[in-house]
Amino acid sequence: MTLLRLAAVELPQDVKDAIQEAYRKERSPIGKTQLEAILENIRLAEEVGIPLCQDTGLVSFYLKAGSNVKGLDKVEEALRRAVRRATLEVPLRPNAVDPLTQKNTGDNTGRYVPHVHWRIFDGANLEITVFPKGGGSENVSALKMMKPNEGFNGLKKFVIQSVVRASGMPCPPTILGVGIGGGADIAMEVAKMALLRPINEPNPDETVANMEGELYEAVNRTGIGPMGLGGNSTTLAVKIDYAHRHPASYPVAVAFQCWAARRATARITSNGEVEYLTHKV
Amino acid sequence: MNLELRTPISEEDIRKLKVGDVIYITGTVLTARDAAHRRMLQYLKEKRALPFSLACLPLYHCGPLAKKVDDEWKVLAAGPTTSMRMESLENKVIKNFGVRLIIGKGGMGKKTEEAMKKFGAAYGVYTGGTAVLAARQIKKVKQVEWLDLGMPEAVWMFEVEAFGPVTIAMDSEGNNLFDEVRIEAEKRIDKLIKGSSLDSS
Repeated sequence: MTLLRLAAVELPQDVKDAIQEAYRKERSPIGKTQLEAILENIRLAEEVGIPLCQDTGLVSFYLKAGSNVKGLDKVEEALRRAVRRATLEVPLRPNAVDPLTQKNTGDNTGRYVPHVHWRIFDGANLEITVFPKGGGSENVSALKMMKPNEGFNGLKKFVIQSVVRASGMPCPPTILGVGIGGGADIAMEVAKMALLRPINEPNPDETVANMEGELYEAVNRTGIGPMGLGGNSTTLAVKIDYAHRHPASYPVAVAFQCWAARRATARITSNGEVEYLTHKV
Repeated sequence: MNLELRTPISEEDIRKLKVGDVIYITGTVLTARDAAHRRMLQYLKEKRALPFSLACLPLYHCGPLAKKVDDEWKVLAAGPTTSMRMESLENKVIKNFGVRLIIGKGGMGKKTEEAMKKFGAAYGVYTGGTAVLAARQIKKVKQVEWLDLGMPEAVWMFEVEAFGPVTIAMDSEGNNLFDEVRIEAEKRIDKLIKGSSLDSS
């Protein structure tokens, strides 16, 4: 419940720093106006404890569960209860709509929502990451089943084209998650999860880090800028991850995270202690 | 150029605005999203009167987060939604209901552009996601209609003070800043992908 409030109201420090840096480096006056409004909004939201964007998103949880944790079968129901409570108390905007009847459930829960992603490890801790994802950035997600012969140049072209096509719709400057390989769904899953990595944390794999750097430079040279109104701050970071691929397939997925990169993580230890990892509480 | 604009907005006011101008609005602003647009045009078809007037006012693409405190609505967050979703219907709304200014994010398309030229309207961007800033500038909820559509899709009537920055991205002469930026970016794409040091193929 606290995680849901933290995620909605306060951005992690690495995101705030990146936006501040973008404002400093932005050369377009219109671009600077947008970034100024963004920084003011971040400050105001923290001050009054209200969600910084009215689209509090569709909620996903990413769990790292120790195999020795008791009651793992009860976790999903507890998460659903927390989402209902957060909807009333934070408050979160009701964002779960039945695609067959168009009816909004009113409490952010529904079929397969909130989405819960599980990774199980040896241990007795439960680490929960809340990831509320807005509709604007989600709507420009892109997937291409490339031909293996298209290579990195093909991938780079696809990523840049996706950013240009998206224009101002995902509220740039965005964080880009690029997922390669695995299959259509795995590429997208990997791209999404890449968005959870802190901006200032370098990729431990040098080859991938170079790819990230190259894409970052190229995307910012498109000149799309804050809100698509022009400028040199189009992306705050590019995060790449990959899975091995079928010999005949080369899936590339691009996930966009808007500047309001909301996420919050807490670790619950075996004796019930809660440690907040992304925010000072 | 930073300008203050008061409602009601005249055609003359709008025709003076150019792409790149930054304005701050004081007066009345109405919200309308996908469902409200559909319903407005449905009412028009049925020759039914709308329970509100859009004439000479700004229409804001927004689904606010509001809470009822005692008997009054308090707006907590009210940033813009993606305007392109309303593209297929906006020109008819401009033509039939006298809207002078559309506020949203992400821009709109050719049909809206033409209606803006013809009827004297413009499109301004409220910085996406700056919902708390917007809520601060909304002094009062005067009215809310069509709540049966859900909180985000209802038509909210706000009394605003220095609402902005609203950056004019489409003016009444057919200029479109989003298009300009995108076309320039597309020209750069081929140059940007040449000479990648990482391509092993």
